[in-house]
Amino acid sequence: MSGAWTWLTDPANWAGPNGVWTRLLQHLWYTLLSLAIALVIALPLGAVIGHTGRFTGLVSGVANALRALPSLGLLILLALWGLHTLKGDLALLGPVIAVLVILAVPPILSNTYAGIANVDPATRDAARGMGMTGTQVLIKVELPVAMPLIFSGLRSAFLQVVATATIAAVVSLGGFGRYVVDGLARLDYPVMVAGAFLVGVLAVVGDRILAVIGHYVVSPGLTGRTARRPSATAADLVVARADGAAGG
Amino acid sequence: MNWEWLQRNAQQILTWTLDHVALAAAPTLLGLLLALPLGAIAHRYRWSYGTLITLAGLLYTIPSIALFVVLPGLLGTRILNPVNVVIALTLFTLALLVRVVADALGAVPPLVVASATAMGYQPLRSLLTVQLPLAIPVIGAGLRVAAVSNVSMVSVAVLLGIPQLGQLFIVGFQLDFFTPIIAGIVLCLLLAGIFDTIILLGVRLSTPWTRAVPGR
Repeated sequence: MSGAWTWLTDPANWAGPNGVWTRLLQHLWYTLLSLAIALVIALPLGAVIGHTGRFTGLVSGVANALRALPSLGLLILLALWGLHTLKGDLALLGPVIAVLVILAVPPILSNTYAGIANVDPATRDAARGMGMTGTQVLIKVELPVAMPLIFSGLRSAFLQVVATATIAAVVSLGGFGRYVVDGLARLDYPVMVAGAFLVGVLAVVGDRILAVIGHYVVSPGLTGRTARRPSATAADLVVARADGAAGG
Repeated sequence: MNWEWLQRNAQQILTWTLDHVALAAAPTLLGLLLALPLGAIAHRYRWSYGTLITLAGLLYTIPSIALFVVLPGLLGTRILNPVNVVIALTLFTLALLVRVVADALGAVPPLVVASATAMGYQPLRSLLTVQLPLAIPVIGAGLRVAAVSNVSMVSVAVLLGIPQLGQLFIVGFQLDFFTPIIAGIVLCLLLAGIFDTIILLGVRLSTPWTRAVPGR
């Protein structure tokens, strides 16, 4: 433990190609790229599914099955496949990003459609009554009202991706996972702990930042706890909340 | 798929499967046992709710691999000791279930609780024989999520050299060989399905009233 502290406080370990700053940037790059791709896929899909009420059974079924899928297995399967079929930098990065996207889509998707499906029908009717078209209702009413749940889905996805990006070091990718995997290979426990600590800090700090952004993005009219809103059934919320189980 | 390889290694795979079952089942049960009293406390005493939920949320934020690595240092256990994995996953299960238990107890209709009180039930008896049974479906839903995630998370522990089905992924990667990887994924999914089914059955058997048909 104290060895990890010594390692972390040594400036020499922060610079260079294996330094903390480089590894942080790599970890962030994998994470943000995957989240951005996942958002582009999951947000419109979830919005349409929630708005039309179609395929909800299919989506929750797929989301549940994905939770059971061991991320390490998926990662190694796709990485091996990539090494056989792809060339250059993409051979490794492509499959890993694909896995991270696969893991990040379900929490965002299911929270988006749950958030939209749970919009008070009276609110929806009021918007219709004001003369809004279906698309306007979706964009101006349903999406903003669903924003708190969408953000919690995004946070789950972020945690899932940060954790799995760590594991990606097994298939020789960069990021903080390198310290854990290389530390184990050299039986250097302090370095492993330092890596684990850095990943933990990244997860907690990133989660807090997303929470703060969410606080400002969510319409002030929604944050009051006094408003009467139909809540999802408790079981729905359990699933929505747990969607990004820590660490895949 | 190379069936011949699977057959040759059947004994080893079976051992890893059993290890995997033990490593995933133990934390699920322990986490539930700890979450019930803690969730009840969080439900009963409002002041503790915020604290417990915040702690649980913070714990849940920490990636499992980080906890697997740090726990031996904190506990003084050896890094290869499977106990680290059991404790880490128990903490995750607990973090998930505390909130579920507290919210499930909170979702019991107040009139039902008032009726129990009016019939002379003491708070503890009301909790154990009225509120808890009514909360079973929601707790069960949370437990299914925890159990399935545990099965998947156990495989990560192979990075620390703790043998279970995750070993098949590493073997496949080192041998550049798809068969063990696919076998590992299929077995993990199968185990998750079995865990899920067992909990679902348990919930159904312990809540016969949810299937009662109103008389006409």
